[in-house]
Amino acid sequence: MGLFIAQLLTGLANAGALFMVASGLSLIFGVTRIVNFAHGSFYMLGAYVGYTLMQVLPGAFGFWGAILLTGVVVGLVGVIVEILVLRPVYRAPELFQLVATFGVILVIQDLALMIWGPQDLLGPRAPGLKGIVRIMGEPVPKYDLALIAITPFVALALWWLIARTRVGILVRAATQDREMVGALGVNQSWLFTGVFFLGCALAGLGGAVQLPKGGADLLMDFNILASIFVVVVIGGMGSLPGAYLAAVLVSVLNVFGVTYLPQSTLVLMFVVMALVLMIRPYGLLGREEVAGDHGQSGEPERPIKPAGARVRLIVAAGLAVLAVVPLLAPSWIAILATDILIFCLFAASLHFLLGLGGLVSFGHAAFFGGGAYVAALLVAHAGTPMELALLLAPLGAGLLAMIIGWVCLRLTGVYFAMLTLAFAQLLWSLAYQWGEVTGGDDGLVDIWPPDWATSNLVFFYLTLVLCIGGILALRHAAHAPFGYALRAARDSARQAEATGIHTRAVQWVAFALAGAMAGLAGGLFVFAKGSVFPNELEITRSFDALIVVFLGGVKTLSGGVVGGAVFESAKDMLTRFEYWRLALGLTIIAVVVLAPEGIVGGLRRLGERIGLLRPSEQET
Amino acid sequence: MSTVLSVRGLSKSFGGIRAVDDVSFDLAQGELLALIGPNGAGKSTCFNMMTGHLKPDGGTVSLNGTPITGLKPRRIWRLGVGRTFQITATYASMTVVENVQMALISHHRRVFALRPYAHRLYRDEALELLDLVGMAAQADRACAVLAYGDLKRLELAIALAHAPGLLLMDEPTAGMAPGERAALMQLVADIVAQRQLSVLFTEHDMDTVFAHAHRVMVLNRGRLIAKGPVAHIRADPEVQQVYLGGGTLFNALDTSTDA
Repeated sequence: MGLFIAQLLTGLANAGALFMVASGLSLIFGVTRIVNFAHGSFYMLGAYVGYTLMQVLPGAFGFWGAILLTGVVVGLVGVIVEILVLRPVYRAPELFQLVATFGVILVIQDLALMIWGPQDLLGPRAPGLKGIVRIMGEPVPKYDLALIAITPFVALALWWLIARTRVGILVRAATQDREMVGALGVNQSWLFTGVFFLGCALAGLGGAVQLPKGGADLLMDFNILASIFVVVVIGGMGSLPGAYLAAVLVSVLNVFGVTYLPQSTLVLMFVVMALVLMIRPYGLLGREEVAGDHGQSGEPERPIKPAGARVRLIVAAGLAVLAVVPLLAPSWIAILATDILIFCLFAASLHFLLGLGGLVSFGHAAFFGGGAYVAALLVAHAGTPMELALLLAPLGAGLLAMIIGWVCLRLTGVYFAMLTLAFAQLLWSLAYQWGEVTGGDDGLVDIWPPDWATSNLVFFYLTLVLCIGGILALRHAAHAPFGYALRAARDSARQAEATGIHTRAVQWVAFALAGAMAGLAGGLFVFAKGSVFPNELEITRSFDALIVVFLGGVKTLSGGVVGGAVFESAKDMLTRFEYWRLALGLTIIAVVVLAPEGIVGGLRRLGERIGLLRPSEQET
Repeated sequence: MSTVLSVRGLSKSFGGIRAVDDVSFDLAQGELLALIGPNGAGKSTCFNMMTGHLKPDGGTVSLNGTPITGLKPRRIWRLGVGRTFQITATYASMTVVENVQMALISHHRRVFALRPYAHRLYRDEALELLDLVGMAAQADRACAVLAYGDLKRLELAIALAHAPGLLLMDEPTAGMAPGERAALMQLVADIVAQRQLSVLFTEHDMDTVFAHAHRVMVLNRGRLIAKGPVAHIRADPEVQQVYLGGGTLFNALDTSTDA
């Protein structure tokens, strides 16, 4: 009983920081509609800044003063980011801003590395709260008790701010209808900046407050990112009480999970989230998101046409060059080209879902990694030849996509995105923890192509044929009646259903097709690398694809492929530098700010301006 | 004339409010029937129960004698019921003609087909429909740049793609200029006569209703308080009372149309 109570208290203490960070994310999303991937980075920044301030400021007053000051400092960093990076892209298509915030993650990672170095920092103990208290014989740190006592006050203060003050009224009004608030004479830019300050300050506070328990390290940003998304989604987007409830639920479950079911720890919160979303699709205390409520901002869309003769010619010429160059170039070119092709197919499959179907999946790595593991497991355990494994990889991944899609497609928008992420995490933890079969962290190694395909050049041609084939198949589907139906379901599900289109069935088939193509890419990846590790199923994998699709251009058919090629080449070039994340992050931000329609859209606009392409009509 | 749509005892409550209360009526083939009533009378709720967007608490809806109560919207459409929306719903990323082609693809049950390219499928058929609603000249424009009245006409073409026997139109002329309204309703009336369609529409504009409807039903607080030919409705004192708060306007209207 004593242990039980002690663990309950640990869970409640952990919930404190989690709630602060998650409520900041929830506020920012509620008002600005930006999915702030960089929120974990502000949390990490809070830990580092807090650490430095605590070194400088002495005593108990210094400790708590440092925490508050950290909130202000991180909030101000948030303001700088908002003004420099996000303001230029508010009018870009929905969710595009998350690409910019992804760039911010990379920049902050390297800046933290530059300033604080690579070693983990041990947080200072809170003055006066260093010892433990024995509760029913079990030791409970005093600091935990302090956190348990403080968190409700933070929550109350936040509630008071939102529910009782004029600023809070504006924030709530903007959460419901930001256009109306703008029309009523509120300066939206400063409202957004203010909310960003508050949100980031909360993340900073969370980072500083957990220092005595966890310290500061460079992996904190991604480690907490998944948890805070889960908390916000379980609680219901935009609901503060919901966020508190969910933070407590997740933290307490985690502590109990560690004790009673250790193998569940990596996946427990995702299982809880999946269960909650299946019963309450909008979170515990969330309300239904009315589709189309926030409207399409920016330019109207252009109809998609099949490529004309001239474009076909250019693409054919490009393919010919691609086929010939590795013959003449050094062999690392063939290896690089293989990597790029595989990544392009992966990105194109996500683009099919996201661009045509409007289905934003945060967990597309499930199918890339899924296909990779299907192939690797077949080879490792059944001695399957590569030819068969490459056929079964897309089939297995497609089957997986059918199962996951069937569950996820009941939800829409951010909730759909989060549920796909949950399933990807589920698979990741399965691969990670089912050591006997998947090799766990050590992965599956020594999976090479048969003799005829061992040369880099031959494998490159095999990849070329399969990837280009896959990409062309996706393109064909986009122009076929099926692709039109998929777009119809995205543009207006109401009209589509009213004209006999079973929109969910269409989306389901598209989900399966995209999953199968990602699986093919994953299968090829295994044989290209000779191995597979759980990180092919990780969040970062999913995010890579997501970033690439947005960078390339969601609303252009070739966006996925072009983005994939550019991103993978840029990564290959930049990773040779010490601070490559900084360079890549700044590159991403630059593309986002300069070409909000993505690379393809930006190039097209440029082409129209200098007269190479015929502009389409624009009236509105 | 045979009965196309038959509604019996339709009811729906939201919380404690009876939004639609025991509504019954028949719609004959070739008839243009208007459903009118003040804001909040329950017109849209009534409509949404007939199209399958809302499940009624009680009552039945049958189409040519077959019960369709509680069916999904796409099933009801398959049975030959077309509809247009109060707030237009079109596919913004497609051209005007592709919007109609999409409906035709569904009509021919080729939604899951992988060939040929969709922009070639049923293009001529779609152009004919666009011609019918006077939109042929704008066929290849992007849907996203159309004027509102044109979107309404496009929606009509989409609804006609399935060759429906019954057309449900929720405020077909909302947001249009007076001249456009008359033109659109005249178009609908012509199509009804030409194709022996039946139409049920809700409408706020009395000129439009009295000029084109064959019969009118008046809904107030969820109950049908009157139904009958136009002249009969105009003369009904209860309708005058609840709908316009007095008789003067109706009389004024009378003299203006007679003159």
